[in-house]
Amino acid sequence: MTAPSGFEAVIGLEVHAQLRTASKAFCGCSTRFGDEPNTNVCPVCLGLPGALPVLNRGVVESAVRMGLAVGSSIAPTSIFARKNYFYPDLPKGYQISQYDEPICRGGTVEIDLDGGARRQVRLTRIHMEEDAGKSIHDAGDGTLVDVNRSGVPLIEIVSEPDVRSPREAALYVQKIRQIVTYLGICDGNMEEGSLRCDANVSVRPAGTAALGTKTEVKNMNSFRNVERAIEFELNRQIALLRSGGTVLQETLLWDAESNTAHPMRSKEEADDYRYFPEPDLVPVTAAEAWVAQLRSELPEHPTLRRDRFEKTYGLPRYDADVLTAERGTADYFESVVRELGALGADSAKAASNWVMTDVLRVVGERRIDIAEFSVPPSSLAGMIRLIGNGTISGKIAKEVFSAMLETGERPERIIDERGLLQLSDETAIGKVVDDVIARNPGPLATYRSGNAQLLGFFVGEVMKQTKGKANPQVVNALLKQRLT
Amino acid sequence: MAVTIKDVEHVAMLARLEFDEAKKQQLVKDLNAMLAYIDKLNEIDTTSVEPLVQVGGAPGALRDDEARPSPPQDDMMQNAPERSGPLFKVPKVIGER
Repeated sequence: MTAPSGFEAVIGLEVHAQLRTASKAFCGCSTRFGDEPNTNVCPVCLGLPGALPVLNRGVVESAVRMGLAVGSSIAPTSIFARKNYFYPDLPKGYQISQYDEPICRGGTVEIDLDGGARRQVRLTRIHMEEDAGKSIHDAGDGTLVDVNRSGVPLIEIVSEPDVRSPREAALYVQKIRQIVTYLGICDGNMEEGSLRCDANVSVRPAGTAALGTKTEVKNMNSFRNVERAIEFELNRQIALLRSGGTVLQETLLWDAESNTAHPMRSKEEADDYRYFPEPDLVPVTAAEAWVAQLRSELPEHPTLRRDRFEKTYGLPRYDADVLTAERGTADYFESVVRELGALGADSAKAASNWVMTDVLRVVGERRIDIAEFSVPPSSLAGMIRLIGNGTISGKIAKEVFSAMLETGERPERIIDERGLLQLSDETAIGKVVDDVIARNPGPLATYRSGNAQLLGFFVGEVMKQTKGKANPQVVNALLKQRLT
Repeated sequence: MAVTIKDVEHVAMLARLEFDEAKKQQLVKDLNAMLAYIDKLNEIDTTSVEPLVQVGGAPGALRDDEARPSPPQDDMMQNAPERSGPLFKVPKVIGER
């Protein structure tokens, strides 16, 4: 709890997730990002007279899958409504949304608190709606409008005011992101706006039940900004109340540059959206059999997968968290373990180490998706097997890994071509050991006088002579034997 | 529930429309006439009737998620009073959403 003592934070979150459908919610225009302005636009997007929207099945499917993943109840029939307001990026004069009969009600999102405890955040609802276009304000005497995004489908996930701190809010949004990306219904990119979060923030004296006046904070385009913006707003409200002031119900925009939230220029009158049922769209039906089928096709929930990684592979919680943070990483890891076959269970930790450090480092550096990673799981598994059976040392393995990355070749071939086979033969290593001892009488005397730390020096010399290929266990054993 | 001049002004503001006093008075009269018709409908007892949102249309009619080419940009922008290259241009908007 970060709020100063005496107050309790009450936070509800609204997350908009842009769906990854090929076409818009109500017409066949493309949803592609970054195209020339106003090229993915038709009479439906523009709300021209006579244009009729037809709902995209992919949108309903995505909303239902999200609802199933978080345990919402799926409404057999739900309806669209018009949310009326005038703004140039919404040419129709209304946004098609859902109001009193959304497709999903209830549900919970479980978050993992930093101490390891788990907390349930209840959901109010999940509904389908369309995105608005983009207005560009900094352009001289007018406002410029690109309608390409208008009609791109969104789901809005609305939580109950169950969140109690800025940190919890960030964890909640991270969990939502993890779920939508596991489902593959949203790319989860907050910076590009495919995942957006608004927060309803209020404070109340600790131990009381009545809710304080809330403000809405918008424009938080990263997990970090969610945390910072809510922290800022909580402190502002508490300071205001302490100095005898009252909180005004208003909307604030977070400004990451200045680290402050400022009120949006107030409108002359309060919002009045005059919702009414959208007469151009028939009610949405979600047949029981279809919902059951979607349920059966759901991917494993990321939290369950994390728990399973701990149990099945005996991994530490930290590893399980890192490996399941993204579905692609978890899939890659499990492919490696599968390739290891019978060795899988024993080598899971080794596989985890390689994926967490080497694989994810490269993926991060190259800013690629793990699906595009050039070393196939079979090659990484092959290399781990070669370390396990003593063919190569862990040190050489790093070299093999780099080579696999560059050439895409199998580890066996790389070891063969580059002569990287680990030297385990005692006679051969013994010769090098004798040679190193003979050439270093000084260190030998020091070692024999009781300075055991010099063993490392000799090991290093032997490894240098063998270009890192000597089996470290054999080197150690032989040195200890022959130095005394 | 009678419509007053205040209601007309509120709705006009939401729709970004401006009327002179005579027109406002006319609208008060027109809107009240419309609501009188709704009052007539309200005389029917509908306590056991399910709300009807939609008439006609196959319930659950959905479109497959396939993108198709959009009409030419110039066609879609031809009704715009003003444009700036590929963008629609409108009077400067003050206030944010």
